[in-house]
Amino acid sequence: MLQTLQYFLSGITIGSVYAVVAIGFNLIYSATGVLNFAQGEFVMLGGMVAITLSQFLPLPLAVAGAVVVVALGGCALEFLVFRRLRSHSVMHMVIVTMGLSIVIQEATLHVWDEKVRSLPYFSGNEISSVKLFGAALSPQVCWVLGTVAVVVVLLQLFYKRTLCGRAMRACSSNAEAAMLAGINIGGMRTLAFGLSAGLGALAGCVISPMSMTHYEMGPGLAIKGFAAAILGGLGNPMAAVFGGLAVGLLEAFSVSLLPAAFKDVTAFAVILVMLFLRPHGLFGEGSTGAVREV
Amino acid sequence: MKPGAWLQLSLFVAVLVGLQLCLGAIGKTYYLTQLTMAVYYAIVVMGLSLVMGYAGQVSLGHGAFFAMGGYVSAFLTTHDFAALKGVAWARLLEQCGVFVTRKSLYDTSDLLTVAPWAAFLAAMLVVVVVAVVIGYPALRLKGHYLAMATLGFGLIVYCLLLGTPLLGAADGITGVPPWRLGFGLTVSGKSAVRVQNYYLAWAVALGVLVLLGNLLNSRAGRALRAIHDSETAANAMGLNTARIKLQAFVASAVLAAVAGSLLTHYNEGIGPSESSALKSVRYVALVAAGGMANVRGALVVSTVLVFLSLRGWFGTYDNAVFGIILIAIVSLAPEGPFRPMGHWLRRVFRPASAGREAGHGAA
Repeated sequence: MLQTLQYFLSGITIGSVYAVVAIGFNLIYSATGVLNFAQGEFVMLGGMVAITLSQFLPLPLAVAGAVVVVALGGCALEFLVFRRLRSHSVMHMVIVTMGLSIVIQEATLHVWDEKVRSLPYFSGNEISSVKLFGAALSPQVCWVLGTVAVVVVLLQLFYKRTLCGRAMRACSSNAEAAMLAGINIGGMRTLAFGLSAGLGALAGCVISPMSMTHYEMGPGLAIKGFAAAILGGLGNPMAAVFGGLAVGLLEAFSVSLLPAAFKDVTAFAVILVMLFLRPHGLFGEGSTGAVREV
Repeated sequence: MKPGAWLQLSLFVAVLVGLQLCLGAIGKTYYLTQLTMAVYYAIVVMGLSLVMGYAGQVSLGHGAFFAMGGYVSAFLTTHDFAALKGVAWARLLEQCGVFVTRKSLYDTSDLLTVAPWAAFLAAMLVVVVVAVVIGYPALRLKGHYLAMATLGFGLIVYCLLLGTPLLGAADGITGVPPWRLGFGLTVSGKSAVRVQNYYLAWAVALGVLVLLGNLLNSRAGRALRAIHDSETAANAMGLNTARIKLQAFVASAVLAAVAGSLLTHYNEGIGPSESSALKSVRYVALVAAGGMANVRGALVVSTVLVFLSLRGWFGTYDNAVFGIILIAIVSLAPEGPFRPMGHWLRRVFRPASAGREAGHGAA
């Protein structure tokens, strides 16, 4: 029972990180139609920038600085690369984001190095723990869960209550109609990239003390985030939260059944099974027509 | 093929022979080893260009198909099936030449292993089945779904290879025997047969080139091009687009496995890194650099780039080079580098007729 609880907590923790990556995927996907394979790189960059800033800034400022820097980087990416693409076919989009992912990784390798780094624990240290029904819990887990919860709520408020959020939803449901209604689509797309990058960076900061930051961590996170997004249904940010938690839990419990080397297989198997059975996600509308018309 | 194409092919073969003679003359025959490897990788790229350039789909799992071809060959030709020695069907297979007995590399004991040709056929069979299973559902959906399914599939293969002790885990499989093809030909990395293997690899690659050329000029090829131009229109014309895309995908997976199996015999081993996502992305980059729907471009460009990469020309920027190729091609020349280059050359060298030429397509 205690062990199950422990697995459950670790699954929820890592799952909430996947959820943030999945939300980031969805933000960009619904606003621009780009499936951003470089999503994991935002998480990695967030951690890296925060670690560097934390050497001469207090931790909260370093995290805030990292989020702002990476968010601006995301905006720049949209402005400098995606806006200038001549061909908007899905194939070209996939290729360009894969290229970006590699180039960002290699640039990180040359700017920083191949060392594994981490931010200090936000409160307490490696050995301090909180007891929850007998299971040991690092205080950083509380930070991760709290941050993700706040982000999800704020994002929901942004989408539902603010003019800007509504405009962004309009863009994703029908870009042409949104343009006719006077919405600056280009601006919305830049904003979506910025938001998504900033969110990723924030996730990268809060997980850094526990799971470390390394220049190669991006693709692994991106693919699991994608599994989460597909599980919830692409283009549905809130369902992504559920998807992320489900993937995290599956992964945590698979360790108790399968050899540890196969841990990553579960997330990828989720992608394949979902693509084959319900490509529109668990919460997506039932018709495959929606998927086919992309 | 048209007579012009035969002329081009013979010219190309002359260049290859010249290259070998030049390298021999300046005493750098060891370059041929990396060239041979590069040609095998180029076969994967040619196959992938069928899927990307003509069927308009991205596969991020071709590294995995390559690795599957190589691993099935490597496992069957190195694993000792001594336990099956007395069994009736195994003896029957031995009589057919499927099982062969050979000396162990390390001691005097005999190994009962599968013959390379049978292992090769088994590899093809496995890859066809897997490609159909992956491609069938994914190709029925539009957009990026094949990319995602193949990326997930590639990562699963990578994890399984890395985590299975029977397949050598992180070390991969070594000690793969040479493949004697008959007529004095052997697929092997020994320096005595280096020149022979250089021509063998090119023969396979050019064979694939001719095959793909014929395929693309046939009914199936025209159907593929129609799908690329407009899937809806192709559907309306009565083409079963999903099936044609699946056929192209399976064919290209098989080509990747052919290259994987041959290169495994050439290198005498294979490791799990062949199926890593980075390898698959690299193939995509090479297709883009070759001009997407351009099998000849894919062959030449990827042979050159992979050769330079294997020689360590790009140093620590090896991966970055391929990443930059991806971004540069898509943002500057989505239809590949050759078309704009051709236009540019024509403008430079024939300024007087530039106005008339502009209306025409590429060379």
